[in-house]
Amino acid sequence: MAYRLLPIGYPPAPPYSFACSMNTPELHPYLFLMVLLGMAMAFPLIPLALARLWAIRFATPRPGPQKNSTYECGIETRGDPLVQFRSGYYLYGILFLIFDVEAVFLFPFAVSFLGLSVGAVMAMLVFVLLLAEGLAWAWLKGLLDWK
Amino acid sequence: MIDEGLQNELARQGVFVTSLQELSNWGRSNSVWPMTFGLACCAIEMIATSMARYDIARFGSEVFRPSPRQSDLMIVAGTVTKKMVPQVVRLYNQMPEPKYVIAMGACAISGGPFKEGYNVLKGVDRFLPVDIHIPGCPPRPEALLHGLITLQKKMAGEQLTGPGCARSFDPAAPSEFPVPILGAHDLSPPCNDAIWHPPSPKRNE
Repeated sequence: MAYRLLPIGYPPAPPYSFACSMNTPELHPYLFLMVLLGMAMAFPLIPLALARLWAIRFATPRPGPQKNSTYECGIETRGDPLVQFRSGYYLYGILFLIFDVEAVFLFPFAVSFLGLSVGAVMAMLVFVLLLAEGLAWAWLKGLLDWK
Repeated sequence: MIDEGLQNELARQGVFVTSLQELSNWGRSNSVWPMTFGLACCAIEMIATSMARYDIARFGSEVFRPSPRQSDLMIVAGTVTKKMVPQVVRLYNQMPEPKYVIAMGACAISGGPFKEGYNVLKGVDRFLPVDIHIPGCPPRPEALLHGLITLQKKMAGEQLTGPGCARSFDPAAPSEFPVPILGAHDLSPPCNDAIWHPPSPKRNE
C-alpha cells in the first residue's frame, strides 16, 4: 500500500493515471511539509543530544572565571568602551559642508557664466553670499579656533 | 570491553569492532584544531607548515582558529618573553577541554639562545603542561608535523574515564592555571610549582 506524500493533483491523474487512487488513502496534501519539518528538527537535535550525553558521561565540565569570561583574548579589556568624540568635530563637519555645497554649485555656474542672464547671476550671488555669511558668522563666533 | 585477539579475528573476517573511547580518540586525534598563535620566528615555520608545500591539512589540523574557544591545541611557536607569559597562560585557560600544548623550538622549550637574558621565560613548561617538545631553532615544518603526529598518537592512546585517565578528562584536575603577574623584576610566581618539577642537580661531593 502506497501513501501519497505529494499534493493532490500531482502528478496529474488522467489520462495516464497510476490507477491506485481507488485504494490509496488520501493524506493531507501538506503532510510532506510536516515530514520535512520533523527531519529538519531531528538533524540538529540528535547530534546536540548526543553531545550532551557525551559531556555528561565523559567530559565533566570544569568552568572557571577566566574560561567563562566574555573576552577571548590574552589581555583583559581596559578603559571605557563608550568612547566620546569632541563636539568640535561636528562643527568642523558643518563648516566643511559650506565649501562642499558651494563647490558643487560654483562649477556649473563658472562654466555657463557668460551665457547667464542678470537674474540668474543675482540669484547665484545671493546663494554664495548666504553661505559666506554663515562662514563669517562661524568665524566671528570663534568656531575656527580648535580648542 | 572486547579483548584484542577477538577484535583482530573479527577484523580479519571483515567485521570492525571498536569502543566508544577508541572512536572518540580516533575522531579527536584526526581533527586537532590549533590556535592561531605565533610568538616569534618559529611562527613562520608554523605558517609554512600550514601552506601547500608541507600541508598540515593532510593530518586534519589545517583549521587554525583565531579564538581559544574553538581550539584544541596551543602551539607555543617562539620566544616567550616574561611580558607575554600572563597572556599565554590566560589564553590557555580559555581553551576548552581537552586541550594540548606543543612547545615548538628551543625558546619555548628552554629559552633557547635567550636563556641567559633577563626578559625571556626559560621554558614554557614552567607554567603550562606541555605535551610535546619540538627541538630546533627553528624546527623545520617536517619537525612540526612529526610533533603533531606524535601528539596524535598520544591522544589515540588516552583513557577517557576512570583512574589513569588523561588530565583533560580528570574531574579532579584544576580547570585553570594561575596566571603570573609581571612585577618590576620578574614574574610572580616565577613558575607554577604544581606542574614544574625541575630535575635536581647531582653534584659530586
